[in-house]
Amino acid sequence: MTTEIDRQWTTRLRKTVVEKLPPEKLLPDTQPAYVASWIYVFGVTTLAALGIVIATGCVLAMKGPLWWHLSSTGHFVNSLHLWSVEIFFFAMVIHLWGKYFMAAWRGGRQLTWVTGVVLFLTSIGAGFTGYVSQTNYDSQWISTQAKDGINATGGGAFFNVLNLGQMLMWHIVLLPLAAVALTAVHVIYVRIKGVVPPFEEEK
Amino acid sequence: MGLTEFFGAVFNLDHVGKYIHWGFIQLSVSNAILIALMIVTFISALLLPFPGKRNRKEGK
Repeated sequence: MTTEIDRQWTTRLRKTVVEKLPPEKLLPDTQPAYVASWIYVFGVTTLAALGIVIATGCVLAMKGPLWWHLSSTGHFVNSLHLWSVEIFFFAMVIHLWGKYFMAAWRGGRQLTWVTGVVLFLTSIGAGFTGYVSQTNYDSQWISTQAKDGINATGGGAFFNVLNLGQMLMWHIVLLPLAAVALTAVHVIYVRIKGVVPPFEEEK
Repeated sequence: MGLTEFFGAVFNLDHVGKYIHWGFIQLSVSNAILIALMIVTFISALLLPFPGKRNRKEGK
């Protein structure tokens, strides 16, 4: 007989979460033997780079444009932000190639693949809005070139790349929130379904 | 010569960017180098042995 407590949404949610993702699956002590290959390190490299991107981005947000344009420490943190983004995309693309050739959507892992694809597109948006938020000649050039492309798609009506305030908000609020949320979902799916095995292991 | 001058001389970026033109494809040299590095890293990741793999063979 189900009690009132069993019917509570908090009880049902907790039971579902614990059933789908028990603690030993959420943070496993070991991984399957086939994971001992360099090709499996690029996902976590991307994750580490994302951590540095966010940390340096927070410092840049605290100090502001004059600091990152004019002071040596500002230049340094700005460079850390840029280069961690370079490593982020570098590792993410190799991760994507690896997973593509492994057909990593096998074994009910479709949502892991799909969240990864959407995350990739979100990251491109975050990178782009970052380039147009630099507040220098480079960002002016990129935004005046990009506006024609965006306007040609009809997107310029609600996404105006010449509007610095709007681009900065997309860059430091909306897209990072989306990227972090998608990363969390992506990693949780990896934990639920496990790392995709090589073709020969699956047989 | 300080480190800044040394790296500034090796990686002098104070000029107009160089581009590769291949039919309708136009690609900056820096992007082409980056793509080549990604391909090299990808192939190396597939071929290079992973440290400690032998000890893990039995493990799950």
